[in-house]
Amino acid sequence: MNAPIARQPIDAARCVDSRFTVPGIRCAGCIGKIERGISAIPGVATARVNFSAKRVAVSHDPELTDADIVEALRELGFEAQPMAENPLARDDAETRLLLRALAVAGFAMMNIMLLSVAVWSGADGITRDLFHWLSAAIALPAVAYAGRPFFSSAWMALRYRRTNMDVPISIGVLLATGMSAFEVLTGGQHAYFDGAVMLLFFLLVGRVLDAVMRDRARSGIASLLGRMGRGAQVAYPDGDVRWVAAEDIEPGMEMQVAAGESLAADGLIVTGKSRFDRSMLTGESAPVASGPGDMAHAGTTNLLSPVTVRVTAAAEDTAIADIARLMDEAGQSRSRYVRIADRAARLYAPAVHSLAALSFAGWMIAGAGVHQSLLIAIAVLIITCPCALGLAVPAAQVVAAGALMKHGLLIKDGSALERLAEADHALFDKTGTLTLGRPRPVSLAALSPQDCGIALTLSQSSRHPLSKGLAAALQDSGTIAHPVSDIDERPGEGMRGIYEGEAVSLLRPDLAEEGLSVAYTRGMATTVIRFADSWRADGEATIAALASLGIPGAIVSGDASDAVMTAAVHFGIPAQGGMSPADKLAELERRRATGEKVLMIGDGLNDGPALAAAHVSIAPGGASDVSQQAADAVFVGDALMPVALAVRVARRTMRTVRQNFAMAVGYNLLAVPIAMAGYVTPMIAAIAMSMSSLIVVANSLLLFRAAGDRR
Amino acid sequence: MNGLIFLIPVALGMGGLGLSAFFWAMRSGQFDDMDGAAQRILIEEDDEGVS
Repeated sequence: MNAPIARQPIDAARCVDSRFTVPGIRCAGCIGKIERGISAIPGVATARVNFSAKRVAVSHDPELTDADIVEALRELGFEAQPMAENPLARDDAETRLLLRALAVAGFAMMNIMLLSVAVWSGADGITRDLFHWLSAAIALPAVAYAGRPFFSSAWMALRYRRTNMDVPISIGVLLATGMSAFEVLTGGQHAYFDGAVMLLFFLLVGRVLDAVMRDRARSGIASLLGRMGRGAQVAYPDGDVRWVAAEDIEPGMEMQVAAGESLAADGLIVTGKSRFDRSMLTGESAPVASGPGDMAHAGTTNLLSPVTVRVTAAAEDTAIADIARLMDEAGQSRSRYVRIADRAARLYAPAVHSLAALSFAGWMIAGAGVHQSLLIAIAVLIITCPCALGLAVPAAQVVAAGALMKHGLLIKDGSALERLAEADHALFDKTGTLTLGRPRPVSLAALSPQDCGIALTLSQSSRHPLSKGLAAALQDSGTIAHPVSDIDERPGEGMRGIYEGEAVSLLRPDLAEEGLSVAYTRGMATTVIRFADSWRADGEATIAALASLGIPGAIVSGDASDAVMTAAVHFGIPAQGGMSPADKLAELERRRATGEKVLMIGDGLNDGPALAAAHVSIAPGGASDVSQQAADAVFVGDALMPVALAVRVARRTMRTVRQNFAMAVGYNLLAVPIAMAGYVTPMIAAIAMSMSSLIVVANSLLLFRAAGDRR
Repeated sequence: MNGLIFLIPVALGMGGLGLSAFFWAMRSGQFDDMDGAAQRILIEEDDEGVS
């Protein structure tokens, strides 16, 4: 564990939490640097990096100001901002900056290439000099502009005597540009402007692809969020009713919670009786009946009738907030993961640099002179450009993420795909994950087709959760709606209407009855329609598919009832019930200690810490906001199969990435001896570089067909 | 060779035109909402009945 080191005892109760966005976090090394560096500051209790959000959470003494921490981060080589400023706009700005740089690099590359082709085809004398001067005029500003993302990152690192992947890139580009400028001034034969700009272009393509994938998944997930209890209708003593956001709710306020709404704060029920779905909070599948005087928790959903709740605890003090704190701590294990490109870069960069140094030294000894030796060393640097590292991984991952998105699975970033490919055990939550997480009627057979049609019309005109479940089930079974007139909905009671002169209704039955149900009445005859949370239809197929991939499944549920054993029997996998969020976390720690790489699939708030701690995690689209934010991927729709598909596609992606690496290394094995021997001209460098990049991209595009294949 | 005096500025100018068009498009928010733009075409022109 690289848990932050506590240098001196700091009163935990006095600590305040601050968050900072740090857009420069690119690799595992950065995380270690920041966490160690910030934790060592006197007055800081803990510092934690959230890699996917490029954010740092610091718990510190109130005497330490935000500005101090920003300065400390700058000393570590990272630009940081306190979180209060809109974080989404900042991320967006980074993508825009990269896109602009890419456009400039593309423009410069095309024009310089045009001039270079003329030089390669034999232009010499004054024409060649003119074209070289023109190339320089285009390349120098273009490199200065398009190289900024790499230079600033490398400069920040170097200034504080650290290193990252942008350092070798910047050295290569700057050396090539500087050497070429010198060549132009002295009327030399070879200028590598085309190579330098092309290198920037390909690397920027990789960076842009990476950024676009993150943005796309983020906006997809953002569109799923915000349906939970983010606020409440508050009744003021003067009779006014206003919408109040969750963070502004204060104890003592009275919230009016309609059926189907989630509670935004903990409180005591003042008026009304209802059943509450606590599955998000505890994993229990059976709704709990509550009346005046009972406690209702934030994050639970009111299922039956409107209630008024007097708030006792809001925002930071609710039961949800405890889970959130647990989750914050659980998230750090994942940041230790080193992405495959960074692992490759650790081997690649030193090898390339020593090769270049070696050829310089070799040619100096052979007596070629400083100028000639330097030219050859630069040719080696250009020909071994880390295009494969910059392009091979993002190209494959973006193609895979795009294919998965078509099947309803949003992957948050490339590292999630890498970790997904490594998963070897799966843990499922029960309620909301193996089940649909919303009530569906189970006794529809008792109704005649005509009654079904009437019930469909009645239920369609209501927003009540049971009505919505009934309408969806009836539509799925192909029921045609029958016209019902004079439909009238009374909150807390149900729907009434007239069908061919007969009174028909869908009403709330007696609350004393077990479970969820509605009473359907036509004339004098009454039928009770029972509701239960049903299994996802392809749950068994998905578990079997995962098992065939070598990923055995198990159930961990917060539900203490027999329903867990039923699930174990139904799916034929082991199950544990009655687990608190901390228990789930402990189970994951235990499995990690034995070397298992766990894929966690869960939806509730109670799964949040487990989702954050697991090697990789997936949440359904109906999950709570926190769970969707904690998970690496989100799948939408009623099918569970995208989970198995994701694992399969992730493994194929990693195979493609490894193929890409192998091709890049193979190409270098061929090209480096030629470069070291001094036979590489700017033309050979340009052709070799673009060929290798094209091959890598083409190989990645093949993935799209493979990923689209459902089998 | 004299043709170059015209052709090179023309080539650069056209490239620069494309580049500035792209910058303008980015600054004026053309790429802010790609999917939204695709959906917008389906919106009915009159405001009545649009949910």
